[in-house]
Amino acid sequence: MRLVIVGASLSGLRAAQAARRAGHEGELIVIGAEPHLPYTRPPLSKELLQGKQEIEDSALPVDELDVQWRLGTEATGLDRTRRRVRLQNGGEEHYDRLIIATGCRARRFDGPGAHLDGVHTLRTLEDAVALRAALASTRRLLVVGAGFIGCEVAASARSLGVEVTMVDIASHPLVPFGPALGKRWAQMHRDHGVELRLGPGLEALYGDTGSERVAGARLSDGTSVEADTVLIALGATLNTEWLTGSGLELDPGVACDPTLTSTRDPEILAAGDIASVPAALAGGARVRVEHWTTAAEHGQLAGRNALVAHDERTAHTAPPYFWTDQYDAKIQALGCPALAEHSELLELSPDGGRFVAACVQGRLVVGVVAVNAARRLAWYRRALQTPRPLTELKEALAQEDATLGSPVGAMP
Amino acid sequence: MIKVHIDLNLCQSHGECVAIAPDLFQLDENDFISWQEEVDDSRRADLEAAVNTCPMTAIRIEG
Ligand SMILES: Cc1cc2nc3c(=O)[nH]c(=O)nc-3n(C[C@H](O)[C@H](O)[C@H](O)COP(=O)(O)OP(=O)(O)OC[C@H]3O[C@@H](n4cnc5c(N)ncnc54)[C@H](O)[C@@H]3O)c2cc1C
Ligand code: SF4
Repeated sequence: MRLVIVGASLSGLRAAQAARRAGHEGELIVIGAEPHLPYTRPPLSKELLQGKQEIEDSALPVDELDVQWRLGTEATGLDRTRRRVRLQNGGEEHYDRLIIATGCRARRFDGPGAHLDGVHTLRTLEDAVALRAALASTRRLLVVGAGFIGCEVAASARSLGVEVTMVDIASHPLVPFGPALGKRWAQMHRDHGVELRLGPGLEALYGDTGSERVAGARLSDGTSVEADTVLIALGATLNTEWLTGSGLELDPGVACDPTLTSTRDPEILAAGDIASVPAALAGGARVRVEHWTTAAEHGQLAGRNALVAHDERTAHTAPPYFWTDQYDAKIQALGCPALAEHSELLELSPDGGRFVAACVQGRLVVGVVAVNAARRLAWYRRALQTPRPLTELKEALAQEDATLGSPVGAMP
Repeated sequence: MIKVHIDLNLCQSHGECVAIAPDLFQLDENDFISWQEEVDDSRRADLEAAVNTCPMTAIRIEG
């Protein structure tokens, strides 16, 4: 059996490791567009950017896998009838089973001034190295987009003493966590000296006359922001172009059943950021998450499942899990907070510094967000496999004696 | 027996390991990790899952 994995990052590596561990003795080919062996991305906006980690530290351990790596090689097409992956260099790889793990890339700004020097995005190691070098001589960084990567870079830049302005069209940062928590994140960034501009969008970037270097940005409310470095953090775009015309169902991720098998072809599985998979906490609807842990879990499962027939494959059941580190807050989220209509405090430490909030849709808890409360997450992972009425979750919580403390009053 | 190491300089108390095997890994009041250092071979699958799911690649197993 010839197993081909396209995408040589976290989920691709975990799939290769799991396939070997599960006894795959046939050929194992991993095709990756980047020139590197797999590395881990979370430090790129955190430790690496802050200078607390070096480039080598982000390498993921690759054990004795007996993999044929095809690095620096982009897949450009998929021919399912002939079971071939077409490569940019004109070559082809034949597969018996295929795992798609091509993830995302950073979305770019395509308005005026996008080409100027000093305008960055952040997805790859090269991006992080370039941004780190730029920050060393930056007076003011403009972060466009107050999502996870934007907020983390703002925090890292502040720790380096760089002035930061962050703009977003939303009324608060980290939109998926909702407005009540959003106020808290906004205050956290302001407390650390970030100038937050919420509401206006980016219209154009400009340079000084005769210079190709960015000098600032014009916003949709007519104001402008001076900045000598700009990070465009407008989210991610899926790397699915190579699947165009393959006949696979794209929704826009690769539509899968719970076993990570593509809906149109049992020989093809998908894993990580690109996989759209039914989730119990979303009421069985397919969700696509861009989370490290989910990518690692998907990879391990896809690698095992690819070795067996469709009806012997096991389902992915772990709820989505995500974390982000900003200043001294470790924010962790479980489930599907983005589906919630409001949030409600469940636990609060006496000093107010640690808490857990429920993300509620109708009467049902579909996720939780925890701040500096890692120890409590294990309980919620068990308690929240499927959506549960808030009242019921609170009753279960009342039986627990290891909580942070009872919430008093409003969201801290 | 399998030896389990956690690099405390790397561990950031994500608790992935705790979720996978609560009897082998625990987070205390202050979110510090503690773990069973020698584990029976029958638990290899759980340990490998923990190694591969720890976001900080802080867990190492030997034997
Ligand atoms: C800066 C940053 C910080 C992050 N921080 C966190 C965090 O704190 N917590 C968290 O939960 N998640 C975080 N994430 C998200 C996490 O890194 C991703 O969920 C994870 O990388 C997904 O892994 P993946 O293997 O599915 O896809 P990716 O890592 O996107 O890898 C896909 C790979 O496929 C390659 N590829 C694409 N197209 C092709 C093609 N046609 N042919 C061959 N190869 C191709 C790409 O070059 C890439 O190497 C962060 C992401 C970034 C960028
Ligand atoms: S999963 Fe890793 S980082 Fe998290 S608690 Fe365990 S060892 Fe520490």
